Amino acid sequence: MQDDRELVMSRIREALAPLKERAQYPEYDPELPVCRAHPEFADDWELFSHKMKQVNGTPLKGLDALGQWLAQQGFKLGYCDPALVETVRAHPAFAGITLETTFERSRVDDYTFGITQASGAIAETGSIVLKDSETSSRLGALAPWTHIAILKRARLYPDSITAISHFGDDPSIIWATGPSKTADVEGILIEGVHGPGVQVCCLLD
Amino acid sequence: MPTKTQQDIDRYARDLNPEVYTSVYGGTKATTEKRHDVLFHDYPDPDLLRRTAGEVKQHTLENLDTYLPKAEAALKANGAQVHFAADGDAANRIILEIMKANGAKSMVKSKSMVSEETGLGHFLEDNGMKCLETDLGEFIIQIDHDHPSHIVKPIAHKNRRDIAKSFEREGLGDYNDDPATITRRAREFLRGKYFEADVGLTGANFVSAESGRLAIVTNEGNARFCMAATPIHIGIVGIEKLIPHDRDLALFTSLIGRSGTGQHLTVYTQFINGPRRFGQPDGPEQMHVVFVDNKRTEVLASNCREILRCIRCGACLNVCPVYRQASGHAYRSVYPGPVGAVLSPLLAGTRFPELADLPKASSLCGACNEVCPVNIPIPDLLLRLRDKAKTEHAGRAMKGTPPMGMYGLLASQPHAWRAAMTMGAAMNLTPNAVMNIIPPAAAWNSCRQLPKWRGGKFRHWMKERGKN
Repeated sequence: MQDDRELVMSRIREALAPLKERAQYPEYDPELPVCRAHPEFADDWELFSHKMKQVNGTPLKGLDALGQWLAQQGFKLGYCDPALVETVRAHPAFAGITLETTFERSRVDDYTFGITQASGAIAETGSIVLKDSETSSRLGALAPWTHIAILKRARLYPDSITAISHFGDDPSIIWATGPSKTADVEGILIEGVHGPGVQVCCLLD
Repeated sequence: MPTKTQQDIDRYARDLNPEVYTSVYGGTKATTEKRHDVLFHDYPDPDLLRRTAGEVKQHTLENLDTYLPKAEAALKANGAQVHFAADGDAANRIILEIMKANGAKSMVKSKSMVSEETGLGHFLEDNGMKCLETDLGEFIIQIDHDHPSHIVKPIAHKNRRDIAKSFEREGLGDYNDDPATITRRAREFLRGKYFEADVGLTGANFVSAESGRLAIVTNEGNARFCMAATPIHIGIVGIEKLIPHDRDLALFTSLIGRSGTGQHLTVYTQFINGPRRFGQPDGPEQMHVVFVDNKRTEVLASNCREILRCIRCGACLNVCPVYRQASGHAYRSVYPGPVGAVLSPLLAGTRFPELADLPKASSLCGACNEVCPVNIPIPDLLLRLRDKAKTEHAGRAMKGTPPMGMYGLLASQPHAWRAAMTMGAAMNLTPNAVMNIIPPAAAWNSCRQLPKWRGGKFRHWMKERGKN
């Protein structure tokens, strides 16, 4: 409604017209939202692991660690990003597990896990970054009970400011911090509401 | 039943179901403590973050004539369609038109307070569209035909037994009040609905004017699912949600999670400024953003414009002694608690007198200002609104207020004051029945106990002191 645009804009101008001065933008230190330093952690991965565990996420270092973890899960079928499927299949831990590279909506509940690339991760909050340009399927990273994000070390950012500086022109960026959860019922924490109940991040050097 | 007190909030609090009181009191207290712990653990000076964020928002509001067109241009450049709605009805109509133009029949929606303001869900249903809430709390509100009682935790007033009964009634399984089972049943039920829907609707917590990015935070992942499964995404956004730059998002996402629920970040923090990227198999082919005024420009023109800084974290509700006693429904409006006591009467426009009593529902203790992530001087705004109510003779604001003329007369006449102090002791011997003859005294008396009269001691002490 074009008329409403003009109406709203003119109301805004009228509302602001009587102001003698307008509030200035506070030129604050860009590091202001950065949390206290954690010298007790050797590197950003250690800090990331600690923070991710705090939100009940599962950080794993290397494909072998992922393989060991997978062996305990009894997975049969999952979705895997086509760009990652060769690397993943080559690992013995994936023997006997079917990996599909297209996510079929009609079979949403058949996939017990989804493997996608992480476009980045944020150490100080334990978040993984997913972008449209690098996440092969939004649903693959969201609908299965377990989501496994594969992260390259170079994409591990220390804080959210650095992650924001890497937004680029991607129209859809999400930070996922641990498994999907709710505390709507009596404040009791329950994981796996609409998104994954298990969130894994596997670091590859 | 005779009215014991004429103040609606007092009455609501007095008659509140004890189970609701327990849910609300326990939940708000725990969240307030968590918020405090996480802020002070992470930052040496969390106050500086609050003050800065407040200044950023105030600056944005006072330059909305620049920032709003900027956000609009950035969104359009990215392939999103931008609409403006002067009021709630216009917003609803725009959304209905988008649906009709695309042959859409059903919507899945994630939480949006502005859609509560406009009554979008009912409007769409009345016009033959399906509209399903996907946030667990909002879903329960919808099946119960109830209203949210908290900005962040819409079912703060319900316990698991209430919910289990509702699920049983709706055919979502036999009675089971285990929160994990309740959640799992909602997951299974809603999953299919996302895929059936034609439109996914979200709100936005912040909009960066620089890039047009809508920052949308949820914990459940429902907003993400709405944007992964449906072909059309509509974002409904109040015009006050803007912030200048992408880099400011770091400050605001840090504050909203910590203030609202005591989290470092909410689980799903999304930044969206267009339809899905070429090559991405899932997600919307169209993105629409509806910027809604709905009296926000009136608030901007008023002496209470600071309230538009609000980021809807709910911290002021959680800490407020009145909210804890009365619960959210006592405020009779979309926005409860201290922020609601300011915002609701202002957004009511010509219906201001109907809500003019809300600014009185505060002891002015200042806790709401102390916890506010954008440092809104809520107690000052409450006083300005009390003044407005008085000036405009808004009847509802005057109810239960004792006439102060007698007190004024006493306080200005030393002899009369002295006599009253002496006489005051007689009140300890006066039965309540006698007190209740005076209507304002009766109203006051119905919810409170008068302390023992101890007046006159100071004067006595002064007199004795002068002798030595």
